[in-house]
Amino acid sequence: MTRIVVGPFNRVEGDLELKLDVEDDRVVAARVTTPLYRGFEQILIGRPIGDALVIAPRICGICSVSQSLAAAKTLAAFSGAVPAPNGALTTALAHAAENLADHLSHFYLFFMPDFARAEYAGRAWAATVGARFTAVKGSAAADFLPARSRLLEIMGLIAGKWPHSLAFRPGGTTLALDLGAKMRLRAVLADVRAFLETTLFDRRLEDIAAIETPDELDRLAAAGRGDFTVFLKLAADLDLARLGRGPGMVMSYGAYADVGSSGPFFAAGLFDTATATTRPFAPANIVEDPAHSWFAGDAGSPSRAETLPDIDRPDAYSWARAPRYDGRAVEVGAVARQLVAGHPLVRAMVVRDGGTTVASRVVARLLEVALVVPAMETWVGGIVPAEPFCAVEGEPTDGSGIGLVEAARGGLGHWMTVRGGRITRYQIVAPTTWNFSPRDGDGHSGPLEGALEGTTLSGFGARAAAVQHVVRSFDPCMVCTAH
Amino acid sequence: MSGEVASRFGVLWLQAGACGGCSMAFLDHGRRGVFADLEAFGIDLLWHPSLSEATGEEVVEILQGIVDGRVPLDALVVEGTVLTAPNGTGRFQMLAGTGASLLDWIRRLAPKARHIVAVGSCAAFGGIPAASPDPGEGVGLQYDGIDRGGALGAGHRGTAGLPVVNVAGCAPHPGWIVETLIALAAGDLAATDLDALGRPKFFADHLAHHGCSRNEFYEFKASAEVASDRGCLMEHLGCKATQAVGDCNQRAWNGSGSCTDGGYACIACTSPEFERARGFLATPKIAGIPVGLPLDMPKAWFMALAALSKSATPKRVRLNAVKDHVVVPPGRAKRWGAEGGDG
Repeated sequence: MTRIVVGPFNRVEGDLELKLDVEDDRVVAARVTTPLYRGFEQILIGRPIGDALVIAPRICGICSVSQSLAAAKTLAAFSGAVPAPNGALTTALAHAAENLADHLSHFYLFFMPDFARAEYAGRAWAATVGARFTAVKGSAAADFLPARSRLLEIMGLIAGKWPHSLAFRPGGTTLALDLGAKMRLRAVLADVRAFLETTLFDRRLEDIAAIETPDELDRLAAAGRGDFTVFLKLAADLDLARLGRGPGMVMSYGAYADVGSSGPFFAAGLFDTATATTRPFAPANIVEDPAHSWFAGDAGSPSRAETLPDIDRPDAYSWARAPRYDGRAVEVGAVARQLVAGHPLVRAMVVRDGGTTVASRVVARLLEVALVVPAMETWVGGIVPAEPFCAVEGEPTDGSGIGLVEAARGGLGHWMTVRGGRITRYQIVAPTTWNFSPRDGDGHSGPLEGALEGTTLSGFGARAAAVQHVVRSFDPCMVCTAH
Repeated sequence: MSGEVASRFGVLWLQAGACGGCSMAFLDHGRRGVFADLEAFGIDLLWHPSLSEATGEEVVEILQGIVDGRVPLDALVVEGTVLTAPNGTGRFQMLAGTGASLLDWIRRLAPKARHIVAVGSCAAFGGIPAASPDPGEGVGLQYDGIDRGGALGAGHRGTAGLPVVNVAGCAPHPGWIVETLIALAAGDLAATDLDALGRPKFFADHLAHHGCSRNEFYEFKASAEVASDRGCLMEHLGCKATQAVGDCNQRAWNGSGSCTDGGYACIACTSPEFERARGFLATPKIAGIPVGLPLDMPKAWFMALAALSKSATPKRVRLNAVKDHVVVPPGRAKRWGAEGGDG
């Protein structure tokens, strides 16, 4: 057995190191290290409660709105604030814009460039895929970046700027939109739809969202000309449906929870990929375990945890702690959301593949783009410019609260305790903390650690593209992971 | 490629104790996308952690090549707080795969760089991760808060002679970042183009207040009282735009916005030690008078003018200030002519 170290691992929104134990060209064990710690949970303690809205989003400039919303939801748990209906819509629109920008940036800028690597030079598709998706220089990035900027104009209209806006409050958003702004939102979404339908999907969004079976997906792969089709063909050629299998249990906190009267737009819950059954979600089942992390202390609920760095802790190898649900490592993200929400295509893929894999993670992410943009068009239509956008907020009181949201990469939770208007405890469990967790006290691997086991390196060792695909299929956000 | 740029300009971008937000802002630049902008001005990304293909040992080869002098480095760009904890070792951020801290790598690479650019207030001054109790012992490249020093020391200069160029902001405007890089590549940025804190004057010689869409409310001291009111955010809601540098309200953010336009306070994110504030969303006052008045105006004058303005406030301005929508539109002149028009 040889041990190889992979790093700096790039295009993962932050810092990542892998240690892979390799036998006969196959990974037999993986350790995932988050090598950066800044100390946000410590910085929040002692501050006035409202400062969470300034500090928390700056954990992550990629999922900044999600961090803002988790903080705002935690504050709402104290003040009893209920968002104004317009504010719920503008909040969901800005959140969706960030999530879609993240999904699409992942596809175009982080994930697809690996297929232009020299390892694939002998493939029939190498030249065309290289011209389209080579990092920085490829034609796809040139097409995508202006579309990304246009999508993010939703932030300029609703939230002043992105990243790191203070527009997101427990009662809604801080700028009341007039009719012109509402029409500008419509115009942005029309342009976003045009880019997606022309360049990414080569189909109407509704036609993509309606795909229910892998066979239909195969027919699209055979006939379509969009960038999604390119991925589907690569996935078939490289057998990505069998690469990087997840831990068997996925979880979603429920996405876009405040826009409708009938619960979240994407439902909350857990889904067992082995039995194809759902379970209800309860936050009390979440535990964080620092057994292999550079922190003092024992496993416990985030509602009671302290954050005390201990860089010399024996057996520790990551600044991430190990979150567990009912004692299990669970996977979060778009594939989890769509499995829990019951999308037939994603469920069928996971049944076929024996679990979540590289292929279903990428398909679920792009499927979600096709599902959410039409919803955004509906949300814009629901804005009533003459009505309030921000409900008057109550005075915060002492107590404890939880704020749970679905970021692009999965469930994000904030746990806060307040005494005398000051924060006395603040704990954050981010999506990639779940996916890229180290081992827990029982020695059980985190989801990525498990997904890497069995990966074949094809003689390329630390440079193997397969490792790159597995890691990036989770769309890691490492700056969130340890904070 | 521009005719004025004779050769390629190689940029190495590193993320220290960062949130990635500065890179996200960078990606938002330009009508044709930021990669087209870079190409137009001959700027090559030798490596960017979020964007480049090179990974793992390929990256270490690039970094070592720069340290060994085999790869020329025109600009070292750093995003994020430089973490020195614990005890000056930098072990709170080890550069993956290298066994060395990012602090060590920055100190190895900086002497080779013609220019050094701190993108964002974290790399410039320390920023939010350096807020009390400063768990990571965070510093900027050339400042520790307001004090000169930081990771590289007060005396460090790029080999072309400039101090660290501080593109402050949290996150900075995409234009501040890219215009600074283009100016360096074109040889257009001189030491005299930087303010006393190393910030390019093209944005730092302005106040965030300049061009604020709430200006009429400011003039009449017609103040917002709760979030989403239309009035001036300075008196009650914590706005520091009259004290903070930046041409924030003379540029569009994400197509059209700005902080104050979006309905919330400027938190002075371009200033060193902005993270020291407590209670960002409320204006600190003594005896009912805001503590943080405009920097270069005698306090007594400001108070006298404020009192005068308040007494002269039009009903339209006074009523609209405390509503989220316009409740009193501008008046209408009976006819256009010498007397003027609307309003």
